[in-house]
Amino acid sequence: MAERKLFTGGEFLVTEPRSDDVFAPEEMTREHKMIYAAANDFVKREIDPNIAQIEEKSEALTRSLLKIAGEIGLNGTDIPEEYGGEGMDKISTGLVSDVIGGTASFAVSHSAHTGIGTLPIVYFGTHEQKKKYLPKLAAGEWVAAYCLTEPNAGSDALNAQTTAQLSDDGKYYLLNGEKIYITNGAWADIFIVYAKVDGEKFTGFIVERAFPGVSSGVEEKKMGINGSSTTSVVFKDCRVPVENVLFEIGKGHKIAFNILNIGRYKLGAGVTGGSKMTIAEASKYANAREQFGKTIGSFGMIKNKLADMSIRTFMAESIIYRVAAMMDDRFRTSAIGAKTPATENAKMLEAYAVECSIAKVYCSECLDLCVDELVQVFGGNGYVAEYPIERMYRDARINRIFDGTNEINRLLIPGTILKRALQGRLSLFDEIQKLNNENNVYSFDPTKLDAALLGIQKYMLTTCKKILLISVGAAVNKFLDSLAEEQEVLAMMADIIMEIFAAESGLVRAQKHAAAKGEKKAVYHIAAVKIYMNDMVPKVVHWAKQILVASAEGDHLSDRLAVVNKLSAYPPVDTIKLRRLIAEKVLKTKRYPF
Amino acid sequence: MEIIVLLKQVPATESLIRIDDDGASIKTDDIKWVVNPYDEFAVEEALRIKEAHGGSVTIVSVGPEKASEAIRTALAMGADKGVLITDPGVSDFDSLIVSRILAGALKEIPFDLIIAGHRSVDKDNSQVGPATAELLNIPHISMVIKQDITDSKIRCHKTVEGGTVVLEMSLPALITTQRGLNEPRYASLPGIMKAKKKPIDVKTIMDSGFDGDPIGESMVKTIVMKPPRERKDGIMIKGDSNLAKAAELVRILHEEAKVL
Repeated sequence: MAERKLFTGGEFLVTEPRSDDVFAPEEMTREHKMIYAAANDFVKREIDPNIAQIEEKSEALTRSLLKIAGEIGLNGTDIPEEYGGEGMDKISTGLVSDVIGGTASFAVSHSAHTGIGTLPIVYFGTHEQKKKYLPKLAAGEWVAAYCLTEPNAGSDALNAQTTAQLSDDGKYYLLNGEKIYITNGAWADIFIVYAKVDGEKFTGFIVERAFPGVSSGVEEKKMGINGSSTTSVVFKDCRVPVENVLFEIGKGHKIAFNILNIGRYKLGAGVTGGSKMTIAEASKYANAREQFGKTIGSFGMIKNKLADMSIRTFMAESIIYRVAAMMDDRFRTSAIGAKTPATENAKMLEAYAVECSIAKVYCSECLDLCVDELVQVFGGNGYVAEYPIERMYRDARINRIFDGTNEINRLLIPGTILKRALQGRLSLFDEIQKLNNENNVYSFDPTKLDAALLGIQKYMLTTCKKILLISVGAAVNKFLDSLAEEQEVLAMMADIIMEIFAAESGLVRAQKHAAAKGEKKAVYHIAAVKIYMNDMVPKVVHWAKQILVASAEGDHLSDRLAVVNKLSAYPPVDTIKLRRLIAEKVLKTKRYPF
Repeated sequence: MEIIVLLKQVPATESLIRIDDDGASIKTDDIKWVVNPYDEFAVEEALRIKEAHGGSVTIVSVGPEKASEAIRTALAMGADKGVLITDPGVSDFDSLIVSRILAGALKEIPFDLIIAGHRSVDKDNSQVGPATAELLNIPHISMVIKQDITDSKIRCHKTVEGGTVVLEMSLPALITTQRGLNEPRYASLPGIMKAKKKPIDVKTIMDSGFDGDPIGESMVKTIVMKPPRERKDGIMIKGDSNLAKAAELVRILHEEAKVL
C-alpha cells in the first residue's frame, strides 16, 4: 500500500484524496483488534453487571472500576510508557473510547479522567509534572477533572474570572474563583484549572485536592449521566506551588483549546460506541416484539429506522478512525514521545481542529438520532424507566453541550477554515477563483463518470465540494470581515462541510473494502454510501442556495443558482430497497452491521 | 517448571450460529472467534504456576491459521510462546486425530505439566486432554478446581457428586480445567504490545511429525447438524379472578400438556 499523504487540516475540501490516503476501520492491525477485544472484555465483565449501581452515583465503585481499567491499560493509551502508560497511537485511544462509550455514566467519568483531565499534563506538562502525576492517573489511583467553565464563562471560555496572584515570596499562586459543571468534581484528586494571573494572563494550573482552599459543591441534579459526579469546584485562597503552573503564564488558551480538540475527537469516538449499542438494543427488540402477529422488525418503517441508525453510525465510525489516523500521521512527523516540547504538541493538536470539531458535532448528533429512534422502536417500553432506553435517551443529550456546544463547534469549522485560507495555509480562495473562471461548469453526464465502483457517488461528492466553494465564495464576497456575525450562514457552511467529510470518509471506506474483499462482501458498505449520498445532496443544495440567497442578488445570484441546479442533477437510487437490505443484516446479526 | 497449555479457538457464545449448506458444518462468515473459555482457565492457571515456581508457558494449538489470534491473546495474558499446527481441513479431524497430532508435537517440547480445558464449547467432546495424556503415557486428572504443586507431585481437587475428592499424581502429568479453578486475567494493553514480539511457531501437520492422513483416519464423522428447536412463546392465562386463572391452568396442564 502506498504511504498515506499527510493532509493539512481542512485540506479535504480542496483536494480529492486517493483511497490510500484515507484510513478505514477495516485496516486495523491485529493489535488494534486485540485492544478492542480487551476493552470489550472489561466492559462485559466489570461494567455491565454493575450498571445499576454505577447509576446510583457511587464514588467507591467508579473509583474501583477506574483502577481495574488502569490495570488493563485502558487509562493510559495516550500516556508515554516512561510515565506509566502505553504511548499508543490515536487509533487505539479511539478504540478504547469507542468501546467504553457504551457504558453510560462510567463512560463520562472515564473520558473526563483520561481525556481532558489527563491530557493537559501529557502534552503541556514538564518532565517533573509528568513524573509526579501521570503514573497515578494511568493506574486510576488518582482521578482527574478539568476546570474551565465558570458561571460567566461557558462558551466564552476566556472570560474566566478566577484569578491567580503570586505570593510575596514568589513560591506559590493564590487561586480564587468558582468553576462549575465539573465532571468528576466531587471525586477528583487533581484538577486542571484555568485562572488569570494578575487578573489578565489566562494560565493553566495543576491543583491537587489536598492543597488548602479547594472545595467541591453539591452534586448537580441532572437530566442524565446520573452515575457521574458533576459539581462546582471552589478555590478560596488556594495555594498552588509555582511548579504547578502548566505550560507558560498567559498561554492557558493554548492548552484549553488544543486539549478540547483532542477531547472532541475522543467524545466523537465515545458517542459512536454509544450509537452502536443503540443499534444492538433496537434490533434485539425489533426481533422479539410482535404486533399484528409479526415481529415489528418485519415492518418497513422499523427497518427504515434500523438502517438509518446504522448508516449514520457507519459514517461516524469512518470519520473517527480517519481522523485518528490523520493525527497519528501528523504525530509521526515529529519526534513523537515523552520529550516532544509542549509548543510542538500544541501545533500537532491544532492541526486537525476542524476535523475534531466535525467528529464531535457529527457523531453526537448521530447518537441523538439513534437514541431518538431507539425510543421509538421500543414505543411505550422506551418511555418507562423499567427499560434502560429512556435513560439512554437522557444520557445522550449532554454530548451536544459539553466539550464546546455544537453551535460553538459549527462556528469553529468554517471559521478555522477561512482563517487558514486567509493565512495562506489552505488554497481555498484559489479553488474558488478557479471555479469562477470555469466557464462551462458541466451538468451531469454519465459518460464522463469514473467507471470505478461508486463512480456516481464520487462524482457527486466532487460536485458538493464545488457547490460549497461557490456558496462560500459568494458569502465571503458579500460579508467580508463581518462574516463572523452571520452565524446562520456559517452554520449552514459547517453542515455542508460535515456532510462532505462524512460522505467522503464512508465512500473511500466502501471502495477500499470492495477492493480488498470483493464487491459481494462489501455490499452493505456500498449500499450505505449510495443511500447516504442520495439523501445528502439535496440537503447540501438546500443549504448552499440559502447561503447564496443571503449573500448575492440579481444576475449574480441567478447565475450561481443556475450553476448549482445544473451541478446537482443526478439519477436517484432506490433507497427503500437498499435500506431494507441493510436492515435485514442488522436484524440477523442483532448488532451494528459493519 | 515448563508448562504447556493446549488451546483451541472457538466461536464466541454470543455469535449467531447458522448451519452451512452441507448440513454438517457451520457458516463462519459472521462469527466472532475467541479462546475456548475452559482454555482461558488453563492459561491463567499456567501463569499462576509460573509466577509461583518459575519456568515458562507454551501455548500449543491445532487449528486453522486464524487460530493464531487465540494464541496471541494467550501471549498477551502473559504466556511466553506459541506453537500452531495448522491445516485447512482441521474442522473435520476427530478428537483422537487432534490428540495424536498434539502428542507428536509434544514429544519435541520438554514439559513438566500440560493443562487443557476439560472441554471445548464448540464440539463438546471432552476427549483431547485425556487422549493426549494417554498417547504421551503420562497420568492425568480431569475437571480440576484447585491444584497445588510440591516437589514433583501435583495435588488436585475436583468436584464429584455431593463433595470434593483430592487426588495426587507425579509430574510430568496432564490436568484439565473446570469452571471455578480461577478467574482468568485480562489480556492487558501493555500485554498486547509485548505479545507482538513473542514467537508463534506455525507448522503444517507434516512438519509437526504426523505422517498419517488426518481426515481419512478420523474415525468419527459429523453427519448432520441441527439448530435447537425454537422455543414456543409462553401463553398468558386469562381469567376474571385468580381462582378462575388457576382452574384454567389446571385444565391446560391436564388436557393440553397432559402432565397432570
